[in-house]
Amino acid sequence: MGEPGTKELISLEDLQAAGGLRTGRKHVLSILVENKPGVLTRIAGLFARRGFNIDTLAVGPTDDDEVSRITLTVDGAKHPIDQVTKQLHKLVNVLKIRDLEPEEAVSRELALFKVSADGGQRGEVMQITDIFRGKVVDVGKRSIVIEITGTDDKIEAFEQLVRPFGLIEMVRTGEIAISRGRGET
Amino acid sequence: MECLKAEGVEDVFGLPGGANLPTYDALYDAGIRHVLVRHEAGGGHAAEGYAKATGRVGVAFGTSGPGATNLVTPITDAMLDSVPTVFITGQVRTELIGTDGFQECDTGGITMPIVKHSFMIQDPREIPETIHQAFYLARSGRPGPVLVDIPQDLSRADIEYEPASGEVHLPGYQPTLEGNQKQVRLAAKALANSRRPVIYAGGGVINANAAEELTELGTADRFPVTCTVMGLGGFPAPHEHWLGMLGMHGTRAANYAMDEADLIVAIGARFDDRITGKLSEFAPRAKFVHIDVDPAEISKNVPAHIPIVGDAKNIIPRLTAEYRALGADPSRLEDWWDRIHAWQKQYPLGYEDSSDAEIKPQYMVQALYEATGGDAIVTSDVGQHQMWAAQYFHFARPRRWINSGGLGTMGFGLPAAMGAQVGCPDDTVVCIAGDGSVQMNMQEMATCVEGNIPIKVFIMNNGYLGMVRQWQELFWDGRYSHVEMGQSPDYVKLAEAYGATGLRFEDKNTLVDDMRGALSTEGPVLVDVRVTKEENTYPMIPAGQAARDMVG
Repeated sequence: MGEPGTKELISLEDLQAAGGLRTGRKHVLSILVENKPGVLTRIAGLFARRGFNIDTLAVGPTDDDEVSRITLTVDGAKHPIDQVTKQLHKLVNVLKIRDLEPEEAVSRELALFKVSADGGQRGEVMQITDIFRGKVVDVGKRSIVIEITGTDDKIEAFEQLVRPFGLIEMVRTGEIAISRGRGET
Repeated sequence: MECLKAEGVEDVFGLPGGANLPTYDALYDAGIRHVLVRHEAGGGHAAEGYAKATGRVGVAFGTSGPGATNLVTPITDAMLDSVPTVFITGQVRTELIGTDGFQECDTGGITMPIVKHSFMIQDPREIPETIHQAFYLARSGRPGPVLVDIPQDLSRADIEYEPASGEVHLPGYQPTLEGNQKQVRLAAKALANSRRPVIYAGGGVINANAAEELTELGTADRFPVTCTVMGLGGFPAPHEHWLGMLGMHGTRAANYAMDEADLIVAIGARFDDRITGKLSEFAPRAKFVHIDVDPAEISKNVPAHIPIVGDAKNIIPRLTAEYRALGADPSRLEDWWDRIHAWQKQYPLGYEDSSDAEIKPQYMVQALYEATGGDAIVTSDVGQHQMWAAQYFHFARPRRWINSGGLGTMGFGLPAAMGAQVGCPDDTVVCIAGDGSVQMNMQEMATCVEGNIPIKVFIMNNGYLGMVRQWQELFWDGRYSHVEMGQSPDYVKLAEAYGATGLRFEDKNTLVDDMRGALSTEGPVLVDVRVTKEENTYPMIPAGQAARDMVG
């Protein structure tokens, strides 16, 4: 019987959601997994079950055909994240997990922005693009598509600068990261 | 079939269907005993009972679709209680997968969160290696349920049987079995310095087959020992160091000892909420040594000061040896035992017996203990009867007490007893059932009659869903919302309809002899024992409260 042994109702203020609260603490988890069907579902399912929201997720092959790398960012306090990491280790297809601290890793993300660029504005937009070392990858009469790579801070900064011109749509890949120095991630 | 035999499988439980017809055709003359059940859940729980009683991997079959979904409850139960089991389900033909075919369901997807691991066969040549891996995963490290889903056409493939290589290649699965020697030494030192230690053992000790080692440790000095409901039998109950079970319905002595301990040595246990009550007030003065094969359990609920990851069977004897080498003074524990003995004297486990022929439920368990000489395999369902069985049947050996602790599945007891009997044909197997639980898998009585599985089921019949009624009485102003079971069915007639022996006991004065009679009757027996209608299970730590707030 899991319910508290009392008849009194619980007020909404007292009800506290466990995993749903955002703490503002971002974790970057780099996970090496066996390249087998269903692995991604198992991992995503584990986070969902514990009430975590995965903010970004990128998955791709490594130099070993049988191994893939999943990089995901998730918001959460340290203890619950440690717990989730321990549970991830129990999954048979998971080979290695690293919780990357910002100082110990190089991280990059790629984003495509479709920006409204009529006549006069186009110049300014392209100037901002240059400053951010971005590339214009598509040009149309009324809009252009810009490619930006960099840390998530840089991408967010670009987004803020470009919004006033009319941001039609944007798509981000999610972060990938690799450890600094010689050791393997 | 060859793969199963290579794994040493002798008995399986299951029910055939379209998707596993090829498997069943092979089973026909394979030389493995198959018990045909009447509901796949019965087969699943039987596999669990088999595994818990024998220590071997329990195996259950089910067909696709509804056969597989009927296995979800036993799979979840096996997951929460870490039972080594392999569930082999049929699946529709590969070309039908994903088309909502007849009896199709996403078995892999549905069971993903509740299995230790699962395999969906995509090529028939994978089968030998997969089965080998499945059994390895089921029984190693922290045991658990493994699912193998085989599409019908692939199970019919014509391939040469090539036995799986001995080595299992699972690069992502490397359980730590040997405990770190430095940690073991630290733990021994902590024990030697402690003045109020308690050894708290759980189901992990049973899974590790480490009851003997635990007994050695518990007697290496005057250590008080308590077990969870899953660990009962891991330390002999009649022993003078035994505190009784701890937790929500544990003895006051055990719970107070945990509350005042300065060192708690947890072995194969996971600080479940039934044990800790309010976490912030649990064992406030204690440091924790936590020995477990699953590193994810360490510091999950309670911070471990000295964690030791590994197999209990490997670690406990080394801890005992290190402790003995330190030559600690046993008299330092005298004050602690004085305190414990005082609690045991002031708060013994007890109840008010009836003055007439009325059978009190606690007495029913005591009578059964006497009638069996304490020497049967006992399974139970879930509820008040389960707690009384745990409290009043003094288990002296491991693998004699089989119940559903983690998931708390009603309907577990009868099929689990069936599985245990198949695994231990020479033992007396008894099921203490509640009248609420027993009907959930009653259909397996037919399996027992047809399969010659002579379990003895004793129904603790109080006409209520007892545990829920107790909570409604204590905490919900006695508003008995939908807990009355009524008088149906007539269990004696029901048993006879199945072809089993049906009996009814209502007199306390003849109960022990009546039970002896039932136990020596041939074949499966169903006994309707009429007990007091409203009786509460005490002592009790109400949910979310601390040990000091125990009632009863």
